[in-house]
Order: sequence, then structure tokens, then C-alpha cells
Amino acid sequence: MKKFLSLVLAGCMALSLAACGSSSSSTANSTSTVDGSASTGTGTTAAIKIGGIGPLTGTAATYGQAVRNGAEIAIAEINAKGGMQYEFEFQDDEGDAEKAVNAYNNLKDWGMQALMGTVTSTPCIAVAADAVEDNMFLLTPSGSAEDCIANPNAFRMCFSDPEQGELSAEYIAENGLATKIAIIYDSSDVYSTGIHDAFVTKAAEVGLEVVCDEQFTSDSNKDFSAQVSKAQSSGAELLFLPIYYNEASLILTRMDAVGYDPIVFGCDGMDGLVTVENFDTSLAEGVMLMTPFTAAATDDMTVAFVTAYEEAYGEAPNQFAADAYDAIYAIDAAITAAGVTADMDYSAICDALMTSMTEIELDGLTGKAITWDASGAPTKTPAVYVIENGIYVAA
Amino acid sequence: MEFLSNLVNGISLGSVYAVIALGYTMVYGIARMLNFAHGDIIMVGGYICFISMTSLGLPVLVSILAAVVVCTILGITIERVAYKPLRSAPSLAVLITAIGVSYLLQNLALLIWGSDPKSFTSVVGFEPLRLFDGKLVITSETLVTIIASAIIMVVLTLFVNRTKVGHAMLAVSEDKGAAQLMGINVNATISLTFAIGSALAAVAGVLLCSAQPSLLPTTGAMPGIKAFVAAVFGGIGSIPGAMIGGVLLGVIEIMSKYYISAQISDAIVFAVLIVVLLVRPAGILGKQTREKV
Repeated sequence: MKKFLSLVLAGCMALSLAACGSSSSSTANSTSTVDGSASTGTGTTAAIKIGGIGPLTGTAATYGQAVRNGAEIAIAEINAKGGMQYEFEFQDDEGDAEKAVNAYNNLKDWGMQALMGTVTSTPCIAVAADAVEDNMFLLTPSGSAEDCIANPNAFRMCFSDPEQGELSAEYIAENGLATKIAIIYDSSDVYSTGIHDAFVTKAAEVGLEVVCDEQFTSDSNKDFSAQVSKAQSSGAELLFLPIYYNEASLILTRMDAVGYDPIVFGCDGMDGLVTVENFDTSLAEGVMLMTPFTAAATDDMTVAFVTAYEEAYGEAPNQFAADAYDAIYAIDAAITAAGVTADMDYSAICDALMTSMTEIELDGLTGKAITWDASGAPTKTPAVYVIENGIYVAA
Repeated sequence: MEFLSNLVNGISLGSVYAVIALGYTMVYGIARMLNFAHGDIIMVGGYICFISMTSLGLPVLVSILAAVVVCTILGITIERVAYKPLRSAPSLAVLITAIGVSYLLQNLALLIWGSDPKSFTSVVGFEPLRLFDGKLVITSETLVTIIASAIIMVVLTLFVNRTKVGHAMLAVSEDKGAAQLMGINVNATISLTFAIGSALAAVAGVLLCSAQPSLLPTTGAMPGIKAFVAAVFGGIGSIPGAMIGGVLLGVIEIMSKYYISAQISDAIVFAVLIVVLLVRPAGILGKQTREKV
């Protein structure tokens, strides 16, 4: 009897939780293949095999899935044009360096001729070490650590974290937004610290005064009353938030409660702020953010990409998807420029691409007229948006 | 003025810790177990209130009531299913089970509500209090939190000391066996304790989310740990102790964030705990009793 009661109660517990839920889970496929030769096109030339590596499962799964999806859209588009054909194979690394190296070897067995990956920094550094030995071309869509592209065969699509900090400081100074700056950043996060450190250095060069420099950690990222009142009493005209949108929403709520209203400036981590479920967008009114990509932008290219992505995957693309999309187009542009053919081996392709990557200029989702230098870092100008009535408006 | 405003912020944060700590301390005092799932019941309370308000469009008071009811049922259920079979087991086994329940709740929440943060609409809507020409701003959430936790503590103290059921609780906490011999239903008393603790957790969840409006499956984890520290700080098992411990903890946290460094504020909080326990091993208001051998 007691056991029966226990079971019934256990059932109740599960139901009481389940009854109130809204379904919000996404499934992850372990691997996926877009077969270039099978899709439309001339079909006469053999396809070049491009490999992708990233986390499809685990804590960083959203990034890996977005990169895979964005790349698949680009591959399908390019193949549909009928020129050079591509095959794309994406492997899961769970965000783990060792599994990424295994995935890299699997892809080599499959016949990979160029690598678009890996998605996250730590696995990317591990794979880059093997790739340089093999002389395999590597273009990481989103590995923002400096070491990802330390080797001559490695290139990067996204900004590094310090670059975002420098560009933010330059933008604020050039446009005369403010001279006294307050910063609140996450000192336990590499992304946030990277932007912060570069920003502070650059700010001194361009004549900005950092009057308040406050931090928080991932363990104490809920109560911001102390940091906000410090920023408020510092007399700063602009609050720089190189952090993710969740903490930013809490800071904005707190600022509203105590009536503090400076210019708020964020980086790409702030993208997503207005889409937080039930978020009062009036709190984000006037918030500025500098980001290479946002699904809320209204230019034709972004709209087309967002529409295609939503049709295929049922959700709005994030910046990782856009980086991957651009990365595939960059590889295609470099391959076309170098006259690479599908029968070349990966080492020969790598030699050709290392030169042609520095010669191409790409108009992509994450920037116009993107160019690369031999270091592998891209040169592009991120767009700055202002949030007005919950909508991004170009600043 | 800065000091005063930090003090108010600290008391506000501390009041939330205090309400959570009351749940910890009651369960510990009566069932002699550390219910580490307590923090996650807070999170469930937050989600239930959020869904009642947004998806179901219910009024605020009804939503809070819904959260209280669901959390009470959840608390009793957890006690029946996970803890009751272990009543005579070593305390370590119960502790591990509690941690297990905590992870179960977090992952169920992750499964049901997903990992995207939800923005909680504050349950209090009136204008903040502006004193001294607007130099000292006391938000409506702060006021409500402080008043609510004070009321809860007073009612709880009266309940335990003045009612028959409260006396039964005290008796069970002193000696389970003797209480049973005196005709007290020990199991029912423990269940009731869990019910009250979980109802308090629901209220704490609503207060916490109103002040810090970001709802995640891990929302309850850190406040839960802090509140546990507060309960130990004030003397675990003591109701006024939990209150004092919670408020002190909140004030120390905010003060060290403001005047020393936000980066090491948690370290300072825990360092203070260690010092207090070295000086007074039973906490500020804990009974200094010698273990009977």
C-alpha cells in the first residue's frame, strides 16, 4: 500500500511539473551530410569535400547546431548555382578537444579537403595543431581565441574578443557618445574579460575615461544593486556592458528601478536581449549594441538568410549560423579564385587557399568587404544598432 | 547616503535569503536532515508563478497562490517518495538523496521549460520610494520583500510557540521517540514541516524573481546555498536565527561588493561564516549544547 502511494505521488510530482511546461526542446542529430552531387547542378564535376566540426551535443550544442545549419544553407545555395560543387560533412565534438581531434581524423578518412571548424576555441586549438602538420586548410567560423589562428594555414571568420573591445572604444570616441565610461563585466568569463581588457587599454588611447570598472562572476550574477549604484554615483555618461544578454537584462531592470539612465552600449553578447521571453522591451529602449550580425537586421541578404533558416530549422539564426554561412562562402570564393579543382589533394588545396584567402573580398552577413591578411584575422566593420521600441535600428 | 542605500539593498537581498533559510532551518530542526532540494523548490515556485501570470494570464495573487499550492504538494511528495523510506538510514544517505532530488528538479525544469532565461514580471507594481530628494531610492520589491519576510517570521514563530501543532513540532525536534510515546504523529509532523518549508520556498521564489527577474532552471541553486549558509550562520534549527543570519549575509554581501570588490564578495561571505563558526560553533542564536554520548 505504501509503495503504491509512493508511486502515485511520484506520478503526481511528474505531472505537476509537466502540466505547466511549454515544449521547448530541440533535437540534435549526431552527424549530417549535405550531398553536393545529389543536389541540383551540373553534376559533371566532382565535388570538393568540406568538413565541419563542432558541438552538436553538450552545453555548447546551440553553437555547433547553428554552425552546421548555417553552413548547410550556404552549401545548398552554392551547389544550386551549378558552379563548383561541394559535399559537406559535420561531426560532433561535444566541445571537447580530444573528441574534436577524433572527429578531425574521421573527416580525413572520409576524404575532407578543407576544414570549416571548429566552432569553439579550445577544440579548435587542438585541431589546429594537427591541421598544420597535415597542411589542411582551416577556417574557424567562431573560434575567437587568438591561438586558433596562430598557424599560417588557419583563418578566422569572426572577430576575436579583444577586437570587439577595441572597436567599441573607437566607435564611442569617434562618435562622441561620452567621455566618462562605467563598465560592468563578467570577470569569470573569457569573452567578457577579453573585450573588457582591450576596451580599457584602447579607451585610454582614444581619450575616454573609465570612471567605474565593476565586475561580477558567474556565481554572483543575479544581484547587481551594488554595481549599479556604484556606476550611478561615478557620474559616468555611458555604461559599457561587454556581457551576455541575460545579465544585461537584470542590470537594465535594476537601473530602471533606481532611475539610472545613461547610454548603454554592448557587444554581440547583448544580441538576444529583446527576445528574452516576457522581457519588458521598454527597459532596452535606447540600448546600443555593436554586433557583426543580428537576425533583426533588415537588409536583403540578412532577410533572405533568416527566412531560409527559419523555414529549414524552425528558429531564428544566431551569429554562429551567420559566421558559418559566411565561412562557406569565403572558402568557395577562395577556391574559385585559386582555381582549385576537386581532384587536388588537401595539401595542394591548402597551399592554394593560403594565398587566395588574402586576396579575396567577401560581402557577407557579418560584414561588407571582408578581407583577410596573412595572420588569418578578418578585417570587417561591425554594425551598430540602437534598440527602439524593441526593434533594432541602424545607428 | 551611499551607505544607507547599500544597507537597504543588503537588507532586501538578505530578507530573501532569510525566507529561504527559514525553510532550511525548520526542516533541519525537525527532521534533522539538510534538504538540499530546497533551493530548487524555489525555482519551481518561480516558474509556476511565471506561467500562471504569463501563459494563463491569472492575477498576481492567484499566481502566487498557485505557486504555493504546487510547491507544497511537491514538497510533501518529495518527502514521501525520497526521504521517508530513509528515515532510519544514516544521515549521509539522506544527504546524498537530497542532492539527487536537487539535480532531478533542475533537470526536469530544463526539460520542461528549456535553458532560455525567462524574464519574470515583478509581482509588485507601485512606484519606488524616493527619500532625501531622490538620493535614496527604495524599490517597491525591496519594501515588499522586507515586510513579507518580517511577517513570515513573526507568524511562523507564533505558530510554532502558540499552537498545538507547533508544540508537536518542537517536541519532535527535541526527541522523536519520546514525542511518539506522547501520542504525537511523528510522520505527519515531519510532512507538515516539509509542506510549510516548501510553501515558504514558493513565496521566496516569487520574491527572489521579482527582485532579480531572470528565471532559469538553476535560479534556485546559488540562493539555496547562500540561504543554507545563512541558516548555519544564525544557528540552524532556530527561526529568529535564520532571519538574522539571512539579513546579515545579505548586508555583508552587498557591502563587500560595494566597498571591497564584487569579485571576492562571495569569498568574504564564506570567510565570515568560517570565523563565526570558529567562535560560535552552533551559530549566532544556536543552542550551545553538548552532544550526549
